[in-house]
Amino acid sequence: MSTSATKVFVPRDTTACSLGADDIAKKAKQIIDSEQLELNLVRNGSRGLYWLEPMLEIETSLGRIAFGPVDEESVDTILRSHCWELLTEFDSILNIELPHFLGLTEEISYLKNQQRICFSRVGIIEATSIEDYNAHGGFVGLTVALEMQASAIVKSVVDSGLRGRGGAAFPTGIKWQTVLDAEAEEKFIVCNADEGDSGTFSDRMLMESDPYSLIEGMIIAGLAVGARRGYIYLREEYPLALKILNEAIELAGDAGVLGENILSSGKVFILEVRLAAGAYICGEETSLLESLEGKRGEIRPKPPLPAIKGLFGKPTVINNVISLASVPGILANGADAYQAYGVGRSRGTLPFQLAGNIKYAGLVELAFGASLNTLLHDFGGGTRTGGPIRAVQVGGPLGAYLPENQWHTPLDYEEFMKIDAMLGHGGIVVFDSSVNMSEQARFSMEFCSIESCGKCTPCRIGSVRGVEVIDKIRSGIDVEENTVLLQDLCATMVDGSLCAMGGLTPYPVRSALQHFPEDFHVKADSL
Amino acid sequence: MNNTKPSFDVDQVARIIEQHKNRPGALLPILHGIQDELSFIPSEVLPVVAKQLNLSRAEVHGVVSFYHHFRTSPPGRNIVQICRAEPCQAMGSRNLEAHAKQSLGIDFNQTSIDREFTLLPVYCLGNCACSPAVRIGDVVYGNVDIDTFDQLMHEHSAVAVEVK
Repeated sequence: MSTSATKVFVPRDTTACSLGADDIAKKAKQIIDSEQLELNLVRNGSRGLYWLEPMLEIETSLGRIAFGPVDEESVDTILRSHCWELLTEFDSILNIELPHFLGLTEEISYLKNQQRICFSRVGIIEATSIEDYNAHGGFVGLTVALEMQASAIVKSVVDSGLRGRGGAAFPTGIKWQTVLDAEAEEKFIVCNADEGDSGTFSDRMLMESDPYSLIEGMIIAGLAVGARRGYIYLREEYPLALKILNEAIELAGDAGVLGENILSSGKVFILEVRLAAGAYICGEETSLLESLEGKRGEIRPKPPLPAIKGLFGKPTVINNVISLASVPGILANGADAYQAYGVGRSRGTLPFQLAGNIKYAGLVELAFGASLNTLLHDFGGGTRTGGPIRAVQVGGPLGAYLPENQWHTPLDYEEFMKIDAMLGHGGIVVFDSSVNMSEQARFSMEFCSIESCGKCTPCRIGSVRGVEVIDKIRSGIDVEENTVLLQDLCATMVDGSLCAMGGLTPYPVRSALQHFPEDFHVKADSL
Repeated sequence: MNNTKPSFDVDQVARIIEQHKNRPGALLPILHGIQDELSFIPSEVLPVVAKQLNLSRAEVHGVVSFYHHFRTSPPGRNIVQICRAEPCQAMGSRNLEAHAKQSLGIDFNQTSIDREFTLLPVYCLGNCACSPAVRIGDVVYGNVDIDTFDQLMHEHSAVAVEVK
C-alpha cells in the first residue's frame, strides 16, 4: 500500500474496541485488500464521542468525514462507494447518502463546542506513531524546555496555574518547586495512572490515544526538578493502555527521545511502566509509593511530603496523567496561553467524562467555568433511558451526589467545595429516577470497607459500621436515632481518617441523605 | 517434608524471580510474572520469593493478600469480571450481577463446577461511557445486558451450555 493512499481511521481504544472496533478494522482491511482500494488503514485513538463508536473516518480534501456507529455491513457499503473521491467542494458533502454518515468530523457539534487543549491530538493521530506526534506539535515543549534553566521550567508551570488533575487540585508548579529545592543524589518522577475513580476514563484515553504527550510531560518534569528516572504506575484494569504505553516507550527510546541522551542534549531520562494489582487505595499518592516499593499499599502519614521524602525515600514528583500531559503544551505555547482559560483559581481546561445513564456519553474537554447543566443537557442530551435525570455524582466514588437545584454550579474547584462537593478527576455519573439513593449511600460505605487499606480505624471500622447503620435505616429500624448515629459516624470519618478514602467517603453518603431524604424514609426537617 | 514434590515448576519460578529481582521494588513485578505464567500464586512459592528478596514469608504473604488481583488458588478457564461501580449501577449492573451469579451458579470470587468460569467483581474498567462493562481475560465488553452476557458465556465456554 502506497503511503500516498487515502487514510481510513478505525480507533484502537478500549471503549471503541468494547463496541467492536477491532472487528470493524479487520473487515475494513479485508475489503481494502480484496477490492485493491487505494486506502491506508490507520488505528487512531477515539475522538471520545462514544455513542458513535465504532466510528470510521476517511480523509478527504475537505477534512475527515465520519461514519458511526458502523457495523460490518455498513463498512462494506461505505468503502465500496469511493465517496471520498467525489468530495471536492463543500456542497458535495450534502450529496453523500451513506449509512451512519455524520459529515465532517470537526463539525460535529459535540466536538466543535469543546476546548481541546490537552486532548488536541487524541483521536487524530495514530497513538504510537512518532511521525504523527511530531507533525501535530509533539516535542515542541520538550525542545523549548531543553533550552531553559530548571527553575524557569518550574516557573512556567507555576504561572500556568495548573493544578493536580487527579482530583486533589494541588498546584503542580509548587510541588515541582519543592522537589527542585530538595537536595538529593537521586530524585524521581512518578505518574499516577491508577485511575480508579468510577466514571472516569480520561487518563486511559490519553494513554491509549496520545501516549507521547505523557512521556514528553514526564521528561520535562525530570528536567525541571533534576530527576533522571520515572515510573508510570498503571492500573491492572487497563490492559490495552499497558500495551500501547510499552510500545510507545520502546519507540521513544529508539527515536532518542527517552534514554541516555534526550534529543542529543546529553540529558538522561529512563522511564518504565509498573503494573498495579487492583487496589483502589493505591491511587492515593503515598499508598502508590508503598506499592511501587513492593509493599502493601498502606498509606503513609504526611508529613513528610513525597516531594521531600517520596519513592525509596527520595524527593519525588507524583502527578496525575492529565497534569503531566498538560505540561508540553504549557511550555510550547506559554503559561499565559494556558492560564487564559478558566475562572477564579481554576485555570486551564478539564477533560470531563460523561458516564452512566447519559445519552451522549464521552469525553468533553472544557475550560473551567461552564455549568454542570451545560454538560448534562447541551452535551449529554439527558438520560440514555429517556426519563429525567434525578441525581448526578461528580468526582468519583468519593464525590457528592447532586440534585437538580445544584446543577447550575459553575465547574470550578472552589465553587464545588462551597456546596460540599468536588470536581475531582472530572467524572460525571448520571442516574435516572430508578435510582435508590439509600442504596447508593450504602454502596459508598461498602466500597470504602472493601478498599480501605486498614491503616486507620475511622476508615477501616467506620465504613463497616456505616454499612450496618444504613442497612438498619433502610429496614426502618429506629430511623431517627440511626440517622443521628450515621451523621456522627460521618463526622468521625471526615475528621479522623488519615487520607481521602475515609475522609471523603461520607460526602456521597451525606449528600444522598441531605438531598434525597425520601429514599431513607427520613423527614427532611429532622436532618 | 523435603521430599515432597512441589506443585509448581521450580525452574520456571526461579527464572521469573531472576528476571526481576534486581529491579527496585521487585516484589510486585515478580508476583505479576508468577501469576501471568502459572495463573495463580501457589502458597509454596511464597517462601521461595521471600528468600530471594531477603524478606520474611509473612511480608510476602502480606503483599499477596493485600491486592485484589493476586490469587492463591487456580482460577477457571475464563476470568469474568463484572464492573460494580456507579456508572454501571446506573445502567442496571445490579441486575446483571444477580443474573450472572444465578446463571453460573456461583457467587463472586468463586469458580463454576465445570471450571469454565471464575466470577470476580471489579471497580471500574474505565469503560463508563457504555455501561454495564464486563471483562473476560484481557478483552473488555460494553453495553452488556443479560442477553449479551449469556451470549458471551456461550461463546467462551468449551462446554456446551443451553442459552435460555
